[in-house]
Amino acid sequence: MKGLLKRLLDAFEERTSLFKMLGDLARHPVPPGTGWWYVFGSATLMCFIVQVVTGIALATRYISSSGNAYNVLQYITNDATLGHLLRGMHYFGASLMVLMVGIHMIQVFLMGCYKYPREFNWVTGVIMLFLVIAMGFTGQLLRWDQTAVWATVVAAEQIGRIPLIGQPAARFVLGGKTLGGATLSRFFAFHVFFIPAMIFGFLAIHLYLVIHDGISEPPVAGQPVDPKTYRRRYEKLLEEKGEAFWPDVAWRDMVFAALVVMVIVLLAHFVGPPKLGGLPNPSLLASDPRPDWYLTWYFAVLALLPHSIETGFMVLAPVIVIIWLLLVPVVGSRGERHPKNRPWSVALVILIVVMVVAFWIEGRRSPWSPDFGAKPLSVATIGVSSGPVFDGAILFHEKGCEFCHMVAGQGGQRGPDLTYVGDRLTADDMTIRIMNGGYNMPAFAGILKPAELDDLVSFLRSRRESPAHTNTSLR
Amino acid sequence: MDEQSTTPMPPGSITPERRKFLAWLSIGLSSLIAVLIGAPVVGFILGPLFEKLPETWRAVGAVDDFKVGSTVRVSFVDPSPMLWAGVTAETAAWLRRVGATEFIAFAMNCSHLGCPVRWLPQAQLFMCPCHGGVYYADGTVAAGPPPRALFRFPVRIRGGQVEIRASAVPIE
Repeated sequence: MKGLLKRLLDAFEERTSLFKMLGDLARHPVPPGTGWWYVFGSATLMCFIVQVVTGIALATRYISSSGNAYNVLQYITNDATLGHLLRGMHYFGASLMVLMVGIHMIQVFLMGCYKYPREFNWVTGVIMLFLVIAMGFTGQLLRWDQTAVWATVVAAEQIGRIPLIGQPAARFVLGGKTLGGATLSRFFAFHVFFIPAMIFGFLAIHLYLVIHDGISEPPVAGQPVDPKTYRRRYEKLLEEKGEAFWPDVAWRDMVFAALVVMVIVLLAHFVGPPKLGGLPNPSLLASDPRPDWYLTWYFAVLALLPHSIETGFMVLAPVIVIIWLLLVPVVGSRGERHPKNRPWSVALVILIVVMVVAFWIEGRRSPWSPDFGAKPLSVATIGVSSGPVFDGAILFHEKGCEFCHMVAGQGGQRGPDLTYVGDRLTADDMTIRIMNGGYNMPAFAGILKPAELDDLVSFLRSRRESPAHTNTSLR
Repeated sequence: MDEQSTTPMPPGSITPERRKFLAWLSIGLSSLIAVLIGAPVVGFILGPLFEKLPETWRAVGAVDDFKVGSTVRVSFVDPSPMLWAGVTAETAAWLRRVGATEFIAFAMNCSHLGCPVRWLPQAQLFMCPCHGGVYYADGTVAAGPPPRALFRFPVRIRGGQVEIRASAVPIE
């Protein structure tokens, strides 16, 4: 039996040379000292494999029909055997993939691995970065709950701002002029066929170039890249000190990949997939759509931008970012690689990371969103149970002031905290502000009756730090 | 490209001119195949861009169901529902009765980025949950990032019923 198997394998190898090719690939020499910084690319690949495998499994139950997808998601999450775990793995696989892509990109940038002769591999990486984000976004929409529906509209509205092609491009996203039967199937096809096919294609080129140009050696300060001498120097390095990729180097990739998969499975089990929102019924307007975590920072950017430059930003910023990323290896194809001698590059990465994290934190807080869930202030907070101050407090809630202004830790954060507004503004100041409105505040002149205005001002005047000033006779 | 190729061209029996012709013939036929397969595919995918929306009026209630000065949510089926769209074919508008026979139907979408605005009847304001856009009762911008007033849908009264023309998702 053993002899027969060997003969079969030998015959197969004689005809295909597959084992030789794979062996040569696995044992290809890599520069010494690559270490743990080099594991993020393979970790990204591992996440992609998780996504493909779990995605195929989910697709065996999923129905890409606007009328059924939500119920199918409920079924997969709550009833299907291991469906909860699988959805969680797909979600956290996507999350870690975005994270790994980001870290891999930072590592490649900081170590100058994008320089000669690896410029084109940087370009394929940039393209795949955007494809991964597109996968994340279309994946969120396949949940087809209330948030997904509104996220689709928000995406279409943003695309609609592009000059000339905005309208047709937005209609292309929606699959027509309205949100409906064609919308979800479109996203499904993109998420499951079109974008993954592109990722596979670019991944093949990416890996081919890794083999063709070799894994970049760890940068050495004071040893700049010169295209005239680089290849000779690199080949000499491999000849003299090269290590076999398998298993001398690959073991680190495997250790880290195993760790990544364990984290995905553990998070999927203990945290679970994101909860489904309400029904995907666009006529239900009590919705509060939010993007998945990796786009939360962009959600914040859109809220905090000066309104006058918003459209320009939406249209131009992605184009500028793409052009800049593609130009990185063109501008810096030679020269110093070590981050120690590239302080501006290090500063740029720190700036970008800090900005993204800061916007992300703001996006999580989203203080610009009205707090529709704010409860009426309690008597204890108001300080009285009747009279103009009390009536003003009721109006403060009913007229929506509380959705944007906080009092004693209760209410929205869009406008200034009014807990001690009585110490800052006079009754006249308040009246002018309320009647005329201001930046980001509506004018209530046509909304409040004179008596209501008086009550509201009485209430606000009573908001003072010192309780001794609080009284009901401020009217 | 040929200079860079390390594989020498086998001598064969074909003349260089014929070889050139055959190469261009193959490239031309490959392009034809790509067009024959690609054109219907691209047309099919882009088809929705060229499909016209039928002019569809949806009754949303009797005139007397709406009080003068009030704004209420009305839901109706979108103008091009597909059988498999389910609840996604539902859409809505904020209907305001201005006078005896005058109605305004505001799109539910914030003119900023399309999120669903909410009507706060006591405050007489529309508010958007996403980026804090605020509109007055007449749909004009009161605060926040919206670049323009709320979009409006055509409204008419037929046989005592208020009808709204079901329209495309407003995108500008």
